[in-house]
Amino acid sequence: MLKQTPLNAAHRAAGAKMVDFGGWDMPLHYGSQLEEHHKVRRDAGMFDVSHMQVLDLMGEGARTFLRQMMANNVDKLTLPGKALYSCMLNEQGGVIDDLIIYFMRENWFRIVVNAGTAEKDLAWMETQREKLAPQLALTPRRDLAMIAVQGPNARTRFWAAMPGSKDISEHLRPFQAAEMGTMLIARTGYTGEDGFEVMVPVKAAPFLWQALLEQGVAPIGLGARDTLRLEAGMNLYGQDMDEGVSPLESGLAWTVDLASPRDFIGKQSLTSKAVNRQLMGLLLLDKGVLRSHQKVITAEGEGEITSGGFSPTLNQSIALARLPMTVAAGDRVQVEIRGKLLNAQAVRYPFVRNGKRLVA
Amino acid sequence: MTLPANLKYTKSHEWARLEADGSVTVGITHHAQELLGDMVFVETPVAGRKLTQGEECAVVESVKAASDVYAPIAGEVIAANGDVESAPESINQDAYAAWLFKIKPDNAADLGTMLDAAAYQALVDSEAH
Repeated sequence: MLKQTPLNAAHRAAGAKMVDFGGWDMPLHYGSQLEEHHKVRRDAGMFDVSHMQVLDLMGEGARTFLRQMMANNVDKLTLPGKALYSCMLNEQGGVIDDLIIYFMRENWFRIVVNAGTAEKDLAWMETQREKLAPQLALTPRRDLAMIAVQGPNARTRFWAAMPGSKDISEHLRPFQAAEMGTMLIARTGYTGEDGFEVMVPVKAAPFLWQALLEQGVAPIGLGARDTLRLEAGMNLYGQDMDEGVSPLESGLAWTVDLASPRDFIGKQSLTSKAVNRQLMGLLLLDKGVLRSHQKVITAEGEGEITSGGFSPTLNQSIALARLPMTVAAGDRVQVEIRGKLLNAQAVRYPFVRNGKRLVA
Repeated sequence: MTLPANLKYTKSHEWARLEADGSVTVGITHHAQELLGDMVFVETPVAGRKLTQGEECAVVESVKAASDVYAPIAGEVIAANGDVESAPESINQDAYAAWLFKIKPDNAADLGTMLDAAAYQALVDSEAH
């Protein structure tokens, strides 16, 4: 039996093609994935991301616990409402999950983790909590749904759909959030566009969804979510990184705080191992579609595509690939597709931000 | 959508149509494009290539996945549809108009080994459960 979000009926009413997504019954698309992609880049779309797990960590010493648990440094969270993207590592320096931590107030942090890893994350965090900070309470918030509203017009549409929300959220900068009663409005997302991710009580979620629909915000499926995040150069857990790879070889060095004297789980392994690989972007120059696990041949050695697909904004295929450290942006490489070698170029990513092409 | 009765079908979701000149036109079915989603890439076989029945001979790729296309019957490729290569979305718009390639069959009677519309419809219905 697949798990359902509070918006399941709304998806079906909108004609969604539903798929089994890690045990959740989720919308892949509502007709055309390409049109949904463009809608987010050009106007506004909304995603049901209620399958993601919201966790509340409460109690004295919550910050100290997170200092030990997270590769990024929660001391960057000085003002309530500030959000931080981080990896949670195992002792070997592999990535257990990537997540967002919201600083609600002293002794209360909210953590949003991936759906597919939620159980594993919770088990790991519970084990560590008992060992390091048994006084803390870690509570899964299944009473909260989450809707991401994304696109150049997303915030304006959201304000129109939710009276009273503008005053509370118009001052928010990226990676800041504000509470509105039981709702949390965060200026975050997974598309490379402006917008909000809104945590809302389960019972209220269908009403917010409907109000957004009435403001012309299009429902967007998981298919377009993946092409949008790939264009935006955002990692996908389980594809671009997992427990077997270091964040330093996954394009996530910017999220790992090795500068402060703070110790955290996995730090020792990270600092003792050489970094031999890097995540880079690929642009396919020949016709075809790059897909994950395809082999990349470079003058510096072989690599592998971790995420690949067709970019609707660029109208060509793009990928993230794990390549030898010495490959440079601009280098010509080849990708093996069905026994043939196709030409591609290594590039810096993101490929697209705020509707604009960033690669040559 | 009702299936065109004048076409023959395969279990791997190709359609084939016998033309007046004895050639056979091949494409993928409406059901196949529905499963795959928005098409973004098509690769067709070169003219002159000899195909055996069931041989992989073309590729269609959607936003979701790549899918092989198999020769429904044996024969020689006599034409490929360049229009569909430059506009893969035409398969989504009308799968029975957006043909992929034409073959000169080794034996036109091989078409008789393919599914008719009713049999293919039954296959599609059974996959839905």
